[in-house]
Amino acid sequence: MVTFWFIAITVLWTGFMLLEGFDFGVGALHGIVGRDEVGQREVMHTIAPVWDGNEVWLVVAIAGMFAAFPGWYATGISALYPLVVLLLIALILRGVGIEFRNRRDSARWRRGWSTALILSSLLAPLLVGIMLADFAHGLPIDANQEFVGNFGDLLPGYSVVTGIAFVAITLLHGAVFLSLKVHGEPHERAMLATRVLAPVAVALVFAMVIWTHVVIGHGALLNLIELIALVAALGALFLVLRGAWGWAFVATATTIASMVVTILGDLYPNVIISTLNPANNLTVHNTSSGPYSLKVMTIVVAIFLPVVLAYQAWTYYVLRRRLTQA
Amino acid sequence: MDNVDLARFQFGMTTIYHFLFVPLTIGLGFLTAVLQTSWHRKGRPEDLRLTKFFGTLLVINVAVGVVTGLVQEFQFGMNWSAYSRFVGDVFGAPLAMEGLAAFFLESVFLGLWLFGWNRLSPRLHLATIWAVAAGGVLSAAFIMAANSWMQRPVGYTINAQGRAQMTSIWAVMTNTVFLWAYVHVILASLITASAVMLGVSVWHLRKRNSPEVFNRSARLALIVLIPSTLVNLLVGSELGVVEGTYQPMKIAAAEAQWNTCQPCSFSLFQIGGGTRDETPTKVIQIPHLLSLLATNSWNGKVLGLNQVNAQYQQQYGPGDYVPNVFIQYWSMRVMAYGGALVLLIALIGGLLYWRGSLGRTRWFLHLAVWMAPLPFIMNIAGWMLTENGRQPWIVQGLQKTGDGVSASVGAATIVTSIIIFGVLYGALAIVDTVLMTHYARKQLVREDERPEESPGELEFISY
Repeated sequence: MVTFWFIAITVLWTGFMLLEGFDFGVGALHGIVGRDEVGQREVMHTIAPVWDGNEVWLVVAIAGMFAAFPGWYATGISALYPLVVLLLIALILRGVGIEFRNRRDSARWRRGWSTALILSSLLAPLLVGIMLADFAHGLPIDANQEFVGNFGDLLPGYSVVTGIAFVAITLLHGAVFLSLKVHGEPHERAMLATRVLAPVAVALVFAMVIWTHVVIGHGALLNLIELIALVAALGALFLVLRGAWGWAFVATATTIASMVVTILGDLYPNVIISTLNPANNLTVHNTSSGPYSLKVMTIVVAIFLPVVLAYQAWTYYVLRRRLTQA
Repeated sequence: MDNVDLARFQFGMTTIYHFLFVPLTIGLGFLTAVLQTSWHRKGRPEDLRLTKFFGTLLVINVAVGVVTGLVQEFQFGMNWSAYSRFVGDVFGAPLAMEGLAAFFLESVFLGLWLFGWNRLSPRLHLATIWAVAAGGVLSAAFIMAANSWMQRPVGYTINAQGRAQMTSIWAVMTNTVFLWAYVHVILASLITASAVMLGVSVWHLRKRNSPEVFNRSARLALIVLIPSTLVNLLVGSELGVVEGTYQPMKIAAAEAQWNTCQPCSFSLFQIGGGTRDETPTKVIQIPHLLSLLATNSWNGKVLGLNQVNAQYQQQYGPGDYVPNVFIQYWSMRVMAYGGALVLLIALIGGLLYWRGSLGRTRWFLHLAVWMAPLPFIMNIAGWMLTENGRQPWIVQGLQKTGDGVSASVGAATIVTSIIIFGVLYGALAIVDTVLMTHYARKQLVREDERPEESPGELEFISY
């Protein structure tokens, strides 16, 4: 049961990064790809109807951790406190930025929100990457499951590289998404962006995956998920250069998903490593809720997750049409 | 101020702020759905214009509600990690259910509603706004179930590690405190949104902007406002009885009743009555009313703060179990008197509407605009009453607030985050007010005159 819930939490984090990933990318690139006001509006139109629904994946991932692994939630969030505050600021500015940007007919107003949107769309995946990586890299945690370190402990090299890799891959993911969705000059610029971003993103993904394996992986050889991440990243590069946007999107999506699964999968059955003493590691067993609660939650997930997936997929189907500049 | 006070201040600040938007959007979601249904059934163009007008106000506030709600989701772990560890098994479940069953529904379908005007059939499109409304109403259910468990823990056992462990989700979801508090909050949401709808409508009536349209929204607002306010005064009073059964301190403090009384009178207001002032000057006492409110009987006995305190000291060990009496006394009255005032104004509005003179009665058109902020103040007072009245407990009888904070988080960190959130929320409040005023004062555009503004797509809201 605890394993099922670990998988469920992994799926929720994966869903969040996969879906909100292109929203982050689009938000960060809307200035460059859109360029003028009409173009920027067209670019923002691609995510405006869906970003909010995508972000709920994060809400459920966090609430799911709270419900299924209270110890993970409590220690993790309080240890990462400064990063959490920054992440919340980024998500707040991003959300209202998307909604409010075009609600006043003023160039200054729009420029202000655009700047906030770009910065926050870069900051959010960076922080999510660092936070997930910190769980794997380890934090100074004592025998009472309490964090006893300082701010510097939250930013080891591995976590920073992972964060940057997440920024790069969400940028690429977003650029590929825009190549699928927009027309005309913004389309040209989106395609150009994918070609510039792809090699950088792929290099960072390689660094991140291999470093993760070194930090927390088992054995000398890469495991299946790590290999999928590398192959998907290479595939994304190849498909971007070929201009096959649909398949390239599948490839970047697979890359992001397998990056998240690499970190959490390699971490299992631990949920946060203690750098002080392996005996202090937080695991799925010493942080989980009781069997009754997990059973209740499992029934809820079994009923609602397929329903949510169905109507969210249907939303994308309804909104599938490429935006046209007519 | 120590860490506990700081953490409480931060939680209170961010939660009260979040809850300015929550009831408004829950209520407006429902009212917008009603307007669109009316348009769908009768095909009157005014109803479509109102749907889009109030839909815009809904969307602006949902944006702030959603992002400030994110903070809520993380906050238990940030400052209250000991609490989170202790209750996660029981308390986390409704939160996760809220996300899965309600929040997804609200967010996904709001996006679809906004952008689906020309892509979905009218019936399906109407269904999306009802999904949004249902999502809001459902999400409040899970949140209130979680909150009510803190007021009256049920369906749990304390396990070998000393943590609360759920034994019955049914008990958690049928907690009497929850059932009453939930109805109370939903009605408060309808009151908040219809008061705003009435305020905006009468403002336009006064300016003679599209009076035939805003007369209709004023009518809908009054139809919702009058019964909701009336019923909620009764529900609130019954909630007081229910909570008083499990949390006698809360009710005794709301009346600054230091010693047990039978029968008990209710004071309209008092002078003095600070935290430790046991002999405030009570002004205009109404005999038997407190007995009636707190126990539903004419001669009911209400336990005094000193007596409950002595009882708790025996039960839970030495300590002071009396919450801040000043906050209790006044937050209760702000809510009750505010509710009575809103009801009175709404009844006058109903009478004027019925006589067909609403649009001409200028003093009322002024008054009703100024009534709109009242429900927000009452909402805040309601939370102050119920959460402050729970102190010193974070979970009534199980964990003290002081034992719930994060051991690893220092005062400097909390202060810094209070300042950051304070500045950010302040700026958001200004932006939201600017936008709300702008859109609420906007003239209605006729459907056939609507300029095509967004590239390619004719969306009534452009990004």
